[in-house]
Parts: sequence; C-alpha cells; structure tokens
Amino acid sequence: MDPECARLLPALCAVLADPRQPVADDTCLEKLLDWFKAVTGAGSSLLLLQEHPCLVELLFHVLKPQDLSSRILSFTLRLAGIFAAQENCFQFLQGDPSLFVASAAGQLLVRVLDLALRGPAEGHVCPQAWDWPACARKVVCHLEDCLRSEAAPRVTQALHVLTTTFGHCHGLWTQGLWARLSPLVARLLEKDPVPAPHALVDLLLSVARSSVLSSDPGLWETAAQALSRLSPTQAGPLAAGILKLQDCPQALRIQAFRILLQPLAHVLEAAAQGPGAPRLLEGAAGDLMAVDTFPPSRSACVGLLCSALAHLELLQPLPQRPSPWPQAPLLAAAVTILRFCNGSAAPSSEAGSRLCTMLVGCVRVQRAALDFLGVLSQGLGPQELVTQVFAILLEYLVSPDSSPTVLKKAFQATLRWLLSSATPPGCCDLEPYAQLVLGELLAVLQKRLCSPCWEVRDSGLEFLTQMTRRWGGQGSFRQALLGSEVPELTRQLLQDPESYVRASAVAAVGQLSSWGLLAAPSRPEHPDVPQKTPLEELLLVLTTDSEGFPRRAVMRVFTEWLRDGYADVAKDPEQSVAPVLQAASRDLDWEVRVQGLELALVFLEQLLGPLGPSTAAPPGALTQALQALCRVQLFEFALRSLFDCDRPVAQKSCDLLLFLKAKATPSGSQQEVGDGPNVASVEAALRRWQAGEQGQPLGELAPETVLAVLRSMDLEALRDTLAESSDHVERSPQSLLQDMLATVGVLGDNEADCY
Amino acid sequence: MLAEFSPPGTAPSPTSRYEGLRSEYCLSGHPTLPCNVLKFKSTTIMLDCGLDMTSTLNFLPLPLVQSPRLSNLPGWSLKDGNAFLDKELKECSGHVFVDSVPEFCLPETELIDLSTVDVILISNYHCMMALPYITEHTGFTGTVYATEPTVQIGRLLMEELVNFIERVPKAQSASLWKNKDIQRLLPSPLKDAVEVSTWRRCYTMQEVNSALSKIQLVGYSQKIELFGAVQVTPLSSGYALGSSNWIIQSHYEKVSYVSGSSLLTTHPQPMDQASLKNSDVLILTGLTQIPTANPDSMVGEFCSNLALTVRNGGNVLVPCYPSGVIYDLLECLYQYIDSAGLSSIPFYFISPVANSSLEFSQIFAEWLCHNKQTKVYLPEPPFPHAELIQTNKLKHYPSIHGDFSNDFRQPCVVFTGHPSLRFGDVVHFMELWGKSSLNTVIFTEPDFSYLEALAPYQPLAMKCIYCPIDTRLNFIQVSKLLKEVQPLHVVCPEQYTQPPPAQSHRMDLMVDCQPPAMSYRRAEVLALPFKRRYEKIEIMPELADSLVPMEIKPGISLATVSAVLHTKDNKHVLQPPPRPAQPTGGKKRKRASDDIPDCKVLKPLLSGSIPVDQFVQTLEKHGFSDIKVEDTAKGHIVLLQEAETLIQIEEDSTHIICDDDEVLRVRLRDLVLKFLQKF
Repeated sequence: MDPECARLLPALCAVLADPRQPVADDTCLEKLLDWFKAVTGAGSSLLLLQEHPCLVELLFHVLKPQDLSSRILSFTLRLAGIFAAQENCFQFLQGDPSLFVASAAGQLLVRVLDLALRGPAEGHVCPQAWDWPACARKVVCHLEDCLRSEAAPRVTQALHVLTTTFGHCHGLWTQGLWARLSPLVARLLEKDPVPAPHALVDLLLSVARSSVLSSDPGLWETAAQALSRLSPTQAGPLAAGILKLQDCPQALRIQAFRILLQPLAHVLEAAAQGPGAPRLLEGAAGDLMAVDTFPPSRSACVGLLCSALAHLELLQPLPQRPSPWPQAPLLAAAVTILRFCNGSAAPSSEAGSRLCTMLVGCVRVQRAALDFLGVLSQGLGPQELVTQVFAILLEYLVSPDSSPTVLKKAFQATLRWLLSSATPPGCCDLEPYAQLVLGELLAVLQKRLCSPCWEVRDSGLEFLTQMTRRWGGQGSFRQALLGSEVPELTRQLLQDPESYVRASAVAAVGQLSSWGLLAAPSRPEHPDVPQKTPLEELLLVLTTDSEGFPRRAVMRVFTEWLRDGYADVAKDPEQSVAPVLQAASRDLDWEVRVQGLELALVFLEQLLGPLGPSTAAPPGALTQALQALCRVQLFEFALRSLFDCDRPVAQKSCDLLLFLKAKATPSGSQQEVGDGPNVASVEAALRRWQAGEQGQPLGELAPETVLAVLRSMDLEALRDTLAESSDHVERSPQSLLQDMLATVGVLGDNEADCY
Repeated sequence: MLAEFSPPGTAPSPTSRYEGLRSEYCLSGHPTLPCNVLKFKSTTIMLDCGLDMTSTLNFLPLPLVQSPRLSNLPGWSLKDGNAFLDKELKECSGHVFVDSVPEFCLPETELIDLSTVDVILISNYHCMMALPYITEHTGFTGTVYATEPTVQIGRLLMEELVNFIERVPKAQSASLWKNKDIQRLLPSPLKDAVEVSTWRRCYTMQEVNSALSKIQLVGYSQKIELFGAVQVTPLSSGYALGSSNWIIQSHYEKVSYVSGSSLLTTHPQPMDQASLKNSDVLILTGLTQIPTANPDSMVGEFCSNLALTVRNGGNVLVPCYPSGVIYDLLECLYQYIDSAGLSSIPFYFISPVANSSLEFSQIFAEWLCHNKQTKVYLPEPPFPHAELIQTNKLKHYPSIHGDFSNDFRQPCVVFTGHPSLRFGDVVHFMELWGKSSLNTVIFTEPDFSYLEALAPYQPLAMKCIYCPIDTRLNFIQVSKLLKEVQPLHVVCPEQYTQPPPAQSHRMDLMVDCQPPAMSYRRAEVLALPFKRRYEKIEIMPELADSLVPMEIKPGISLATVSAVLHTKDNKHVLQPPPRPAQPTGGKKRKRASDDIPDCKVLKPLLSGSIPVDQFVQTLEKHGFSDIKVEDTAKGHIVLLQEAETLIQIEEDSTHIICDDDEVLRVRLRDLVLKFLQKF
C-alpha cells in the first residue's frame, strides 16, 4: 500500500463505521473491495492488519449490534472474508433478509471453515470431527441444523454455503465435511417434494467437480438418486452437468443422458406414425408414453423442451459427449419438433395432438430447435433425414409466419447445413442435393430482401454475404445467383432507410463484387444512365451516409478488397485508396477513422512488405513508397490522428508510424539528418495539434521531411502513454479514497454548521 | 318455456334439437356470412343477413371489354357427345362454367315464414348483402337496425355489386342445367352445387334503396326496446367501421351475439368485451376464415411480393372490396413504399364507389380507433391515404373507362373488385396481365378460394400469391375472450367445434370451452339451454300500500298478497283484487253462510326451523316422557312411545301422526308452532 493511501485509510474506516455518514454509492465499496483484494494478493494480510489497526477496529465495530446499513455490513463481512480472519464473526446474521448480506455472510462462513480446517489438516489425511476447532464445529452444527430444518430458505442457505465451500476449497478436510453432511443431503432427496431442488443440484455438481471429493462412490449414488427423484425440469441441469464431467460412472452417464433425451424421445413417439420410426430410447413405446414426461401446462412444457435442446446443443461439440451419439434420432427429433411448431406435423396419437396444440407457433421452441439443428450439422446423417432437414428449413424460410428472430436462426442453420454438405469434406463444391436447394433458397432470399421488416432484410443480407464468401467461386452457385434478382436487390438495399440494413448491404455488395457477381445489369428502360461501379457506389456511401454503421462497413470492405487483391482495386491501388483515406480522415465516427488507419497499414504493407526480422525496406522501394504515401496524404491523416481525442485512433496511428519508422530505419544504423526548415514547420504544426488547434494543414510533404519528423518523434514513449487508459489517474486507489472522503466531508461541514 | 334459436326456415321445436335436420335442407352454412333467427321471449329476431357469393364461382367472368378468349370457349357436351347444353355451359382448362348472369345462393327462405320476423340486427356491412332479398320479397314488415357506417358502406358494397353486374348486360340466362336430372350428369363442382333452383340474380338499385330505407340507425351502447319484452344493444366489435356485436336481453336473460370481431389494432374502434359478460348464451359467429394465417405476416408477405414484382418491372393486381382491409393495406403501403424505393410507382384504386369509400372513411371519426380519432382534432385526415392521393401516389377512378385510360402507366399496382374475379374491372386486368409472368395477382380477401377464382383464367402465366388478411378472431383469441366473459353456454356453427377437415390433428383450431359449445348447421333448430325462471312484475302503488311486510330474517321481509295479475305488451302488473260488490237494496234474510267472507280466511304462513334438542326439552317440560329421537335422511322423527305418537320433522314440513287423539294433536301442534315465526 502506498503511503498516501495508508494515510487516508483511518479516516475512511471511521467514515464507514459511522452510521450517520451514508455511503452514497455501492460501486465505490465494490472498487474498495477490489483494491483490498489486490493489496492482500500482493502481500501478507496479517501484516496489513497489523500495520493498519483501523481495519481491525472497523471489523470489531460492525460486530456490535447497531443500526448499520446492510451495504456496509455486507461490505465488512466480505472484507473480513478477504482477510480470512476474526473467526468469531460468523455467528452474526446469516439469516439477514438482505440477499447481499446473506450472501456475504455465506461467503464469510466458507472462509472461516477453510481457515479453521486448513490449519489442523496440514499433514493429516482427513481430520475427524473431534479434531476440528471449536468454531468449525459450530459452523458445521449450524449447517446441519439448517439441513434438517423444514424451512426451505434455511435449507437453501445451507446448500449455498456448501456449494461455495466445495467449489472454492479443495483441501483434504472437505472430504470429512462431505462425509459428515452427505447423509443429510441424501435425506433431503427422500422428502416429497424435494426442498430447494435448484440449490441441491448446484451442490451436487460442485461436489462432483471437486477433485478431492469426486472419488467418493457415495456421491454418485446420491447423484443417481437425485436424477430419479427430481422432476425432468429440475433434473435437466444436473444431468447436463454430469455429462460434462471428465470422469464419472458410466451407468450414471447413461441415466443422465436418458433424462436429457426423454423429452425429445417423447416428441418422436408422439409423432410416430407406425413401427420403424426412429427411436431415441430403447423400451416399449407404451413405457415411454406412460412416463408423463411433459408437464400439463404449456409454459412448463415449452421450458422443459427448450432446456433439453439447449443442454444437448452444448453437449454436442464436447469430446466427452456420450458415445454413441444418437445423431440420426436426434436429427429426426429436431425436425419433428419444428414440424409441431409450424403445424405441419400430423400426429395420429392423442399425445401428439396435445403436443401440437402446445407447440404450434411457439417462437421459443422454434429458436431452440433451429439452434440445435444447426449444431447437429457437425455430424452426418442418413441422406433421407438430411433431405428432411433442408425441407423443414426451407419451410421456415418460406413461411410468412416465421418471426424475424426465427428466420435469422433458420438462415444460420441453413448455412451450417450447406457448409457441412460439401462433398467430399474439404471440397468447396455443393453436393447435388444442396444445389437443388440453392435455387429455392435464392427465390426465398429474393422475397425476404423485400420484406417490410428490416430485421428480415438484414438477416437475409448476412446470409447472402456468408454464402457468397464460401461459394462465390463455385460454378453452380454463381450460375444460380446470377440468374436471380438477388444481386440487383442487394445493390438497391444500399439505399435502405435502416442503417443496419445499409451496413449489411455494403458487406454483401463487397463480397458479391469481389467474386465478380455484381456485374452492371443491363436495364433496358434506362439505357442512358451509366451504372456506377461497386467501388464508386461504396465510396458514395462513405462520403454521404449519415449513419456510422454503413460507413464502417465500407471501410471494412475496402480493407478486405485491398488485402485480397480485388481486381478493381488491385489494378491501381493508390488511385483507389486515396479518396477512401481522405474521406475516412475527415469522418466524425472514430471507428471509421481507425478503420481508415487499418486500410493505410495494409496499403503500407503492400508497398513495403510485412513487418518481419529484416524489417528495413530497400532504399529505392522506400523512396517510391514514401512518395506514394505523400500523394495519398497518408501522413497528414496519420500525424493528425496521433492527437485524436479518441484513444484507439491515436494508438492505431502510433502503430502505423512505428511500422513505417521501423521500415525506414534499419536497426543499428542511425542516419544523420539535419533539421531542415520543413521539419521545424511540421513540428510546430504538431505542437499546435497537440494543443487542440486542428485547423492548420500540413501542406505538401516531402518524403525526407516525413522521415526526419518520424526520427525526431519519440513514438515509443507516446505508445506507452497511450497504452495507459485515459482514466488511469481517476482509477487509482488514492483517488477512490479521496473521492469517498470528499463526499462525506461535505456532511462533516454541515454538521459543524449546526452548532 | 324455452327460448328458441333457429337458422331461418325451420319450424321452431322445443322438443328436439335435431327436428329440422332433414337431408334436403342440409346445406353447408357459411359461418362468416351468418343469417340466423332467434326467437326470444315472443320476439323473432333475425341476426345478420349474409349473402353467400361463392355460387358465382360457377359462372364465367363478365368481361368489361369484349374478350375473344372467353367468347370462344368451347361449349360443353356430355360424354356421349350430346351437346344440348353447349350454349349454357363452357369449358375452360378442364373446368366447366355456366355462361350466364352470375347468381347468388340466398339464405333459406322457404322454411320459416320470414314475414314473422320482427327485427333484423346487422353486425357489419359484409353481413347485410342479402338484405334486399329478405326485405323486398318475403313480406317482411319489421325494422332493421344497424350503425351508420354499416349502412353507408353496405350501400357502397351493394351499389358496386349492382353496378358491376348491370353494366355488362348479358342476354342469356341459363336454366337448363339446373334441372335436377341434368345437374346429376354435370362434372364437379356443378354437380355438387346445392339448391341451385333457389339461386337468384342480383337485386336492383331500386330494391337496394327500398331495403335500406327500412333501416333504423343506432349507435354503440344504445338501448333499443323491442315490444317491451326485449332490449337490444349494439357494441363495438373492432372488425370494421361501425361493426357491432349485439346484446339481446330481457330482465333475467342475456344473449350475446358475437359476429365478425377483431382484437387487432386496425382502424375501427376496439372491441367492447366487458359488456359481453354475464351472458346466459353467447352465439359465436364470424371468426377468421384462415385461422393459420397471421394478418401481420400476411401484410408483410403482401408488401414483399408487391415490391419484388414492381422492381422487376411487373404489375400487381389486388382483387378487393372497396372498403375494409384496403384502408389498412394502403396505410401499410404508405409507410412501406418510400423505404422500398417504390415512390414512383402509381397505385390505382378502381371502383364505381372508390371515391365515396375513401371519403367516407375519413368522416366517420367517432367510429375509429383512438389514434385515428385524435388526428381529427389536429385537424388531420385520420387515414394516410389522403396524403397518398394528395401526392398523386394513389389515384382512384370509377372504372377503367374514361380518365383512367389516359393516366394509366406501367408498372403499377391496381386495387379493384370483385374478389371473386367474376365481375368488375378486375376481369379486364386478369385478361390483360394474365399472359405475362412478370405480373402478379395478390389475393388478400379470404372469402373466395383463390384457385377456384382463377379457374376460368387458366392457363395463366402471371404469378399468384395468396395472402388472405382476415383480422377476425382466431381460436386463441376466442379462448381468451370466453375465459374473460364467461358465458354459461356457447352456441356456434358446427365448423367451429371440430378442427378443419384438412388439418384434423390441429385441435387448437376449434372452439374449446366448458361446457362444450352447442353447434348448429344450416336448416337446424337449436333449443337454447336456459330456462326462464323469473319474470319481472310491477305492483300497483295502492296494492303496495296495503302490504304489511314482516321481517323474518335480518334484511328479509315477507308479506302476503292477494291480487290480480294483469299482462299486456309483455309487461306484468299486480293490481288490487276487485272488491266484492256491496249488497244493495233492503235487508235480506240473514243466512248462515253470510258470516263466511268471500275469501277463505288465510292461515298464517310459517317460517323458521325446529331445533330438535330444545323441542324435546319442551316436550319433557310439558309432561311427555319416554321420548326417542331418530335421524332420517330428511330430518328427524320424534317418537313419543307412551303416547304412541310420531312427530316427523323435515325441512319444509312437520307431521304429527297420532291415533285419533285430536286434543293431543292440537297440544303438540301448539308446541311445534312455538318454535316458528308466523305472519
């Protein structure tokens, strides 16, 4: 702790202990805690307490029953937790109605237990209860009482404390604690209904994840019991958690997986038209249907299905996912759910009719199922099912009833399935079936790009951009696209009233034209109007669009074009880049300016080669490059940006100039350059800019002047200064303490006035 | 006594719900164009007067301009080559059409004497199109009630219809094919067309005017007394300008008639749901015809397809009615066209009543939704189509002849009627644009099957888009509505009580309520499930003066009354009984019987209950012993074993059964009476 803070600390502690001096802002207390964490992390907390008795006083002070605000109490408890000291604190107030105080008290209990039990356990395998210090015994008895209690809040509170304990503490002593408390936990599972099911699941998962405890076979029995006792909705998170564990008994994994599969299996059974339909779980159909998987209420049913889908979606990409992974029936289930949701499923069973009524038109389930379907594209499936997948996706894309969010998910899932259907793997061509789908997709896209709803137009454009990025060079895609209205509609959307759509249209136009898919259409009705090139059109957006998003998008497209050597730009990069840089340098949006500097950097790299071990450019190339840079007025832009009021712009500019400096100055050989009159005038201009005067232009610069200016500037130091956040002064602990004291200082003055 | 509710034509029968169900009357009713008759407390009320125009789909279109294609269609001949029908029936792409003036399928007029109908209640302008047939040709002498916008816009719809048909006079009237023996030989759907002999040509403007003159205008929540027996009240139904639901109530019964209603925020005043509460019976008609099509999605679809066609250089044809959804479509387009870059595309609205329709919509401020009402006070026109007209983006014409042909510019969007595609200017555009795949026809009106509408235009190159926009209640909304207003019974067309035939698994597409809805179909009579238990009776003041009420419980007083019940005009009045005539003349010989008054002396009425324990104690006090009490299903039996006497105490009676010992009986009776109040 620095001396200035140490000086301020006693006054602050006094303020905190004084109930008449309310602390206005919770965030300063949070910041204070963060600071204490940093301080104790750096040195001994014992020493800290010894050096600053005011802290101990503060802790003792709050123990006295008095009218302290709950936020101060919570703060102090957490501070005490940080110091992991004053073990008798815990008796105070765990049942406080304030959630924050209760949570802080819970955390403190955990720290107390840890501190109390860690010490004696050193060297011992697992201390027995009678070896525990008195305070630990007291804590444990308290927890036992809570677990035996009939009051659900007390049970929950104890479970929370235990969850935190086993989550944070991994000493051997936790084995003893679990051994002592696990029978009580198991007994909770025998009650009907099971109290605090969510907290119980959290606890079991926390224990299961603990490296010290997961070898306990009793744990897995309790987990299995929980899986069978909890309702499907409550058991879902536990099942998902178990399946994510690296090591756990196979039987339990099977049981857990069954829980997650059950709702989907039910859907498949309900939709089954006869024997031979795909099944997710073994067992007679009657058995499955007999288990009343779905709760009667619509919202609960929807919730269960959505959470099952979300859990399975997260599980799919994991290496430890259950094996064999029932890819085909899962695909069938996802498709069936989507059919129920859009009313196209025609179940013959009563359960099916019920599901149909509950799911039809349900946007939540549609979104979850489409996400899941998208993830399933990672695996293979029988061709017949893949055909069904594309068919249902198309149904959703075509249907006017698909909400904008559902449509976006449908576009995403379609893209994933198209990507996965490239055969053979690694080949970029679409498989024949996907090529067939493509025609219909483009017809849908055409209509969606005309939608009155801007979200729909936007996601349509995003989809188009991604498709083009992947297949722009591929024959069948090019043919289908050029045969449709899509490129022309995309171009028209550059004038969309919604700025997000214009930004997406810019990206799409960039992608289409880089593949040569935006050839100027022949418009028989306006033969005399010359069609603008995409480059001109985007430049127009950059210079005239009133919103930032489209202009940023334009800058990204230009950067990409330059980097990838897009023909229209590559034939004369300097000519193409110059107007863009000029426009970007004057832009009011700082992100556009940053993008402008990024574009400049790419341009520079193309002229001078990338930054590498042999950085210096050959002198001839350097001179030519510098001349080109002067012509496009890059230096004025870059030097001005050094003093940009938006830090990222200044940083980017600094990086750019450093790059140039490295290229221009071979390491180790400092060239002698005299200060010419030009340099002096440039430096004078820079000083004025730094002082905030922006008006003065630099005028034409000669390459030598530029080099001289670069050498004379301490760009490295500037970079370091810029690297510090702009509020680094305001964020210092000293400033925090001063601020807190200043706000309460006002109160002190008023108080004095009263006398 | 039962209230009866019957679709027209069936003799009401209180004994059997299904009495009217005979196969020859079994026509499919049209649940959105209802025409029902309610017999309620001695009044006969017709609820709506809808005209089923789907019959016109069997006829060839009436072209405004000579159409070589239509006039050269081959005549139809029987399989054996017999061509005697070839003048009446023409064949087009495998379908057979009647080449005649189109005819309409009327509500049943034979089965009930429609001259007995006292009043007709109209709920919206679509549900009054059969009115001239009823008021002018059945001997109807009653009154029709409707709101002003309903009448005005209804008049426009009728005027348009008459105009469409009369301006293309057709000499030929086909009737041979209607012969039952011949009809059997025809291909579907003509073969299956029902009651073709009753199909009628369109009415004339004179009949329209006469029919409309019988209408009495009403406002929302206005209470209209019918013969002192029934009160009817129109309520806003949120579906169209001036559209209403009706409350039909007596003092103790309430029937709600819910016709085309909407909970969506469109241009009309929102639906009044609260007033529908506490109904004994709620008659539910006029739900959405396309329950799976969400109106918002359909509007989006409409705009997308319109823009796509126009951007591609094609024309868009929107067959529509001259009022209703078109206002909302124009409003959506007003917001959409600029953003979609369509500002330079002309929109044409062609109808003989286009001008009146656009102007009427702006003047019915009090019937509009709140947002539109407030605009009037700014003052601004409530609908933005005024601005579209001002800026020349929307132009309207009475027909394709005249000014329109000078202004006509393509690509364009044309709104015109009739949605059946059988008459009106739309026929001309179908002929004109049908050959090019650049053009699109977008169906927004849900009343006609678009495939059937298109049949006489096949083969067709133009694109067809079906975006039915039906803002009426869907089944989810109905379910919420019923939960909210909680009627005791729901009555609805049978189509609403089962999922649509094509989607039999969609149990969500039917009315779901408890107790299950009672359903009816055409030509069926339904006894409404409430029994009248009370009538309101007035007491004359002098009679009321003579009453002496006695309080039997706190807050409840009773009095006996002797009076004469007088009933006239469905009002019941209790009057004092006539005094017996005073004997006049001289004294006559006194007879023994003269001491007995005319009226039998009334015994006092008793009330209260007998507490058995206390009664037994009292008996014991009065010297009875050996008392035994037995509990029975209805009360108690007190047994006086010694006296061989039995006192049977039940909720509403007490019997003393003793063996011919009158003194004992009277003693016991007096003891019983001690526990009861008398008045």
